[in-house]
Amino acid sequence: MPGTLAIRNGYVFDPLNEIDGEIKDIFIKDGKIVEDLTGAGLRDAKIIDAHGKTVMPGGVDSHSHVAGAKVNTGRMMCPEDRYKWVTKKSDLTHSGSGNTVPSVYIQGYDYAKMGYTTVFEAAIPPMEARHTHEEMRSTPILDMGGYLVLGNNWFIMRYLKAGDIEKAAAYVAWMMRTHKAYGIKCVNPAGVENWGWGKNVSSLDEPNIHFGITSREVIHGLAEVNEMLGMPMSLHLHANNLGHPGCWEITRDSLDVARDVKVECNMDVEWQKTKIDPERTQSVYLAHAQFNSFGGTSWMDFASGAKGIVDYVNKSDHVVIDNGAVPFGPATVMTGDGPAIHNLYKLTGNKWSNKDIELECGSGILTFNYLKANPVHSVEWAIGLELLLLVNDPWKTILTTDHPNGGPFTKYPQLITWIMSKKAREATLAECHKWAQDRSSLGGIDREMTLYEIAILTRANPARTVGIAHRKGHLGGGANGDVTIYDFDPTKFDVNDYTKVIRGFQNAAYTIKDGGIVAQNGEIISVPHGRTFFSEAHMDDGIEKEMLKDVKEWFKYYTLGFANYPVPDKYLRNPAPVVVNKPLEAIVGR
Amino acid sequence: MSEVILRPNGSIDIMVEAEVINPDILAGKTTSEIEQLIVWQGAKQLPLSEFFDVEGSAGSTAADTKIIVKGDVPRVKHIGHGMKAGEIVIEGSAGMHVGSEMIGGSILVKGNAGSWAGMEMKGGTLHITGNAGDHVGCAYRGSWRGMNGGKILIDGNARSQLGGGMSGGEIHVGGSVENFAGIRMNNGLIVVKGDAIRGVGAQMSGGLFVVSGKIRQLSPGFEYAGTEKNPKVGETVISGEFMKFAGDYAISKTPKGILYASANE
Repeated sequence: MPGTLAIRNGYVFDPLNEIDGEIKDIFIKDGKIVEDLTGAGLRDAKIIDAHGKTVMPGGVDSHSHVAGAKVNTGRMMCPEDRYKWVTKKSDLTHSGSGNTVPSVYIQGYDYAKMGYTTVFEAAIPPMEARHTHEEMRSTPILDMGGYLVLGNNWFIMRYLKAGDIEKAAAYVAWMMRTHKAYGIKCVNPAGVENWGWGKNVSSLDEPNIHFGITSREVIHGLAEVNEMLGMPMSLHLHANNLGHPGCWEITRDSLDVARDVKVECNMDVEWQKTKIDPERTQSVYLAHAQFNSFGGTSWMDFASGAKGIVDYVNKSDHVVIDNGAVPFGPATVMTGDGPAIHNLYKLTGNKWSNKDIELECGSGILTFNYLKANPVHSVEWAIGLELLLLVNDPWKTILTTDHPNGGPFTKYPQLITWIMSKKAREATLAECHKWAQDRSSLGGIDREMTLYEIAILTRANPARTVGIAHRKGHLGGGANGDVTIYDFDPTKFDVNDYTKVIRGFQNAAYTIKDGGIVAQNGEIISVPHGRTFFSEAHMDDGIEKEMLKDVKEWFKYYTLGFANYPVPDKYLRNPAPVVVNKPLEAIVGR
Repeated sequence: MSEVILRPNGSIDIMVEAEVINPDILAGKTTSEIEQLIVWQGAKQLPLSEFFDVEGSAGSTAADTKIIVKGDVPRVKHIGHGMKAGEIVIEGSAGMHVGSEMIGGSILVKGNAGSWAGMEMKGGTLHITGNAGDHVGCAYRGSWRGMNGGKILIDGNARSQLGGGMSGGEIHVGGSVENFAGIRMNNGLIVVKGDAIRGVGAQMSGGLFVVSGKIRQLSPGFEYAGTEKNPKVGETVISGEFMKFAGDYAISKTPKGILYASANE
């Protein structure tokens, strides 16, 4: 029977249910995890013997750039990123190419081989939402969703400046439905709008051009809107001054802006009972913390600023970070933060692309190569690891490379060896420029993460942070039948055998999605179509009508017509709406 | 040295991609095994024997293997792609990408070569007795990392973008080149005995470029740095009187590129 499976005798790591390496059977029926299979169900089930193997929930990546206009521009401007990385088609799989920015098919296959079943695209410019959905629907296997870039949106800035938080919320709700987006992304708040005039902002309290709004007001306003609607995930923040020496201070202060915002999820979903509360607790989720944790005051005295961020995160309960690590080697940096990329272009002279997204945001793309011999790059490598190792509570951290900014997601297994093995870190430190040792605290860190913690950083916590732990990131009854089996025996696991650890995490023994085997030992077995998650958010009808009048009035500034703005339903092959702030419960009018 | 003779057995319609014509791949193989090696023609995979009659057998190692292609193969691409050792002689013209990414050994083309000959080459020798196409020893499209080692000799002319992004090795052209030879080169040596049209050394930040003939239009970012007689280029002395230029100042503020242009032309 398809979608019905019994995974026997594996060592199970399921952090949301506090299962830490117990030998346990996992049952899946009709694509969902069940407590038990009996009689006919068990007779029809496919049995997988996971004896001596590690069993985890399917991986969840809460921050990756895998679909949309800037990702595709990254592909187009880099033929050199493709011609040496070519994959032939097979009877089952599509051909493809690419190293740092693979084609959509290869992305789906490579994530699945690594044991990931769910990936979120971390930045959708609203005007490019159609393109993003086209790529998400063409990505095989993975369940996906994306965050809408709103931190420099004219309507948001106008409403927040006027103090009209309800209209801002109505706008966000309408935009989520219109573009089938999942959460709110805020990139260099107030700064990208200034970039349209060749400028930026460099502090939290600097009013920007025309709108006169500050970064502090945008962050607080969007965080408030987020909780007013009760969105699944919190605000995903890319703080100001990214990539500048000393930026850790503004990053810490930006996180503090959302401290007083009360977390309120208001999703119409069925919550499964897990030992640890599956609802998010954070009001701000810091993106690619590494790029925002630079110390020093210039490139001469550049150093890790991780300590300042880590100290803040350790004493705060309203923050989750993903690290955005640098695993060395080629990368393509791409972000909505146009001025940050221009700054990198001036430093490197590498190939650069820039785009202004009209009333909404901007973006920049640059080719990059992180070198161990480069002092700054080697410190960046150290920062990425410090951020994971020094934050005491693993439920506040998520492992990413901010693919493909720090490096491609296919380097996650390499990253895992560094956080699991001090010896692996020391071996790489010895190959790095001495700044990595001298200007970070990495060399003095003894912590070695366990498989349980790896399961938190790569599935349980990303799922909880983006509000999808009601169905993903754990193996309790009712959850999606997404399971990864790694060929590691935890009782004989040697963290210092890096090649084996890398190989094991690169090619899961089994990746199971909705109860079907999608990958086995590095080979794709089946290619189901994934879902697209989006937030079907609602706000008071009356306010929405007023808000839409404003939108239509300013649509004269857009280069496209209002009727062509929304993403039609047909762009989603397998839509999975999450109803947020159900109409009856609209806050206003209560 | 054992010899493998590949004799073209008909005319080729869609171009064939034959990176298997490489001593590393042929080494240790019998005649019939060589015949069965797979090449691509368009979307089809076909055995090498579809296009070549194979005689002889390979040596036990690449270094002990010589491949002789008897005749013109302008529609066969990637001959000697990435080869590490051994020898290839093409008794006629070769198609595109001959010797691209080659690391060692030698290739002799007794005729013309298509574009991308010696692309991103790292070592070895590639000698073309006739003319070559565009992008000889150049970086692939989008990349700025061209050849970084080895030697390319062209007795005839080459077209545009010769040695683009070059960071090591040598290219000697007996005849003339067209546009943007040595674009973005940062190291290595290019000597052109004949003329160049324009853009010589554009955006170069290092390396040495000698043009013994005439440059029709010099790149604007070069600064005159005196006249020299019989300048020494590495080990060799180039005879004649040359004007020395430094550049290209159009991009870098402190470029280390040197361009010698004949003072007489």
